[in-house]
Amino acid sequence: MEPASRPTQPVASDHPMPAPATGLGSPTSIFVGSLSFGLLFLLAWQFLPPALGVPSYIIPTVTDLAREFTRMVQRENLMVHVVSTVTIATAGFVIGSFLGAAMGYVLGMSVFIEKVLSPYILGLQIAPKVAFAPLFIMWLGYNAWPKLLVTVLVVFFPILVNVLQSMKTIDRDLINLARAYSMNRLQIFWKIEVPASMPALMAGLRIGATLAVIGVTVGELVGGNTGLGYLITFGEGQANTAMVFNAIVLLTLVGIVLYGAVTMIEARVLHYIPRAMR
Amino acid sequence: MLKTALVLDLVGVTKRFAAPNGASLLTAIDRVSLDVRAGEFVAVVGPSGCGKSTILNLVAGLDRPSEGRILLNGVPVEGPNPTVGFMLQKDLLLPWRTIVHNVEFGLEARSISRAERRQRALRELERCRLTDFAQSYPYQLSGGMRQRAALARTLAIEPAIVLLDEPFSALDAQTKLILQKSFAQTIASSQITTLLITHDLMEAVIMSDRILVMSERPGRIVEEIPVDLPDRDNPMARISAPRAREYVDHLLASLHLQEKAAA
Repeated sequence: MEPASRPTQPVASDHPMPAPATGLGSPTSIFVGSLSFGLLFLLAWQFLPPALGVPSYIIPTVTDLAREFTRMVQRENLMVHVVSTVTIATAGFVIGSFLGAAMGYVLGMSVFIEKVLSPYILGLQIAPKVAFAPLFIMWLGYNAWPKLLVTVLVVFFPILVNVLQSMKTIDRDLINLARAYSMNRLQIFWKIEVPASMPALMAGLRIGATLAVIGVTVGELVGGNTGLGYLITFGEGQANTAMVFNAIVLLTLVGIVLYGAVTMIEARVLHYIPRAMR
Repeated sequence: MLKTALVLDLVGVTKRFAAPNGASLLTAIDRVSLDVRAGEFVAVVGPSGCGKSTILNLVAGLDRPSEGRILLNGVPVEGPNPTVGFMLQKDLLLPWRTIVHNVEFGLEARSISRAERRQRALRELERCRLTDFAQSYPYQLSGGMRQRAALARTLAIEPAIVLLDEPFSALDAQTKLILQKSFAQTIASSQITTLLITHDLMEAVIMSDRILVMSERPGRIVEEIPVDLPDRDNPMARISAPRAREYVDHLLASLHLQEKAAA
């Protein structure tokens, strides 16, 4: 039912000031600025270390990295490692997010359980989760499971904490409104609490996306013979600095892609929040 | 007497809360008796902390009285009641829903079809002159329009009585006047029984048929003032009536505001 006379853009009460079309603040000049900075940085990387006499086994130049990259693709089965890292990071992120959010909602629904468990949650939150990696390897062996478990554990807590916090700070008047309309606990949960927690959940997912890459990297550094983290230790053993650099760059790219995917989901889920306030 | 015409009837209602220190009891309202007849617009004024909002929570069934009885159409209130609509200073629109979907919210706990829900929501939006904004999101509306959308949501449940808790106090002076007129028209044209809780004395005078004055905590009703002015459906006409000023002066005296300002 779309009223025919509906204006395309009704009243814009909370819209931000439009960015200037030209001059230093305009989007074009910001983009050009960022791009020039990046190019300048790459140029400095390429020419400065040799000029200062830094050998390439300490800081390889950009062209060294490119050459090593081609060799890694041809000789080291790079794509297998990339696929392994991406798969475990994504799976760990999805599982960790799901468990973290579910736990957050459960604790948010029950004040009693939340109060009983909160000191332990705080303790586990502070504990360095990546330090569990060797333990998981001792338990599960040199395979994909320890890496997955570390990733899940690392992702779990920020999402749990974010969801729980949003459940605890929800507007009481909204709950009362739903109660006054004779809604039951489950209806209040699905119609008010879950949608109201979306901004916090999305913020948690964003943190989780970056942490997932850290989790999988540590897992791969500590044990196993696949993944970009493994290539870092492998390259280190061979004093192949360029390989280590390349693996770090690729891990960063994996993180960026994961983060970008979360941002895209967030834009769809939180479409009702004006852009400037997100 | 004409008992049947009473929509809301409070008889000797007292509400006590545990004080923050936990040991003693705070009396929020003390033996409050009031009634609202069908189609009547009653305003409750009083100093802040006099328990105005406590009355609202009790009538809405969100809280239970410590003593006394609350009757809605002759039936005791024993929990959230589908025949009470309430509105606060905050519009409480759900930001993730479109306006029409927000208006449907109050009907979702009822067993009516999706199509009928949508139909009723659109009817209320038309009554509140928001049809063009049915598919907009709350952030795209001004504060005054959002309050009108909240009124549409309140009216969609076809309440026996509407409780308004300072619904205009977050708005600027001009928007407030326009919205008071808009609300008055909507309420008068549909003959809805209304209880308005406000600290704005002029608002009470220009919008209501009868004003109840409450004392400081523990809140009691200290005076009842029938407003004998024409144009209840047009607060803008009432505001310029000389006698409106007299009512406000009377309320000022009744609440001892002059003495307090001097102290």
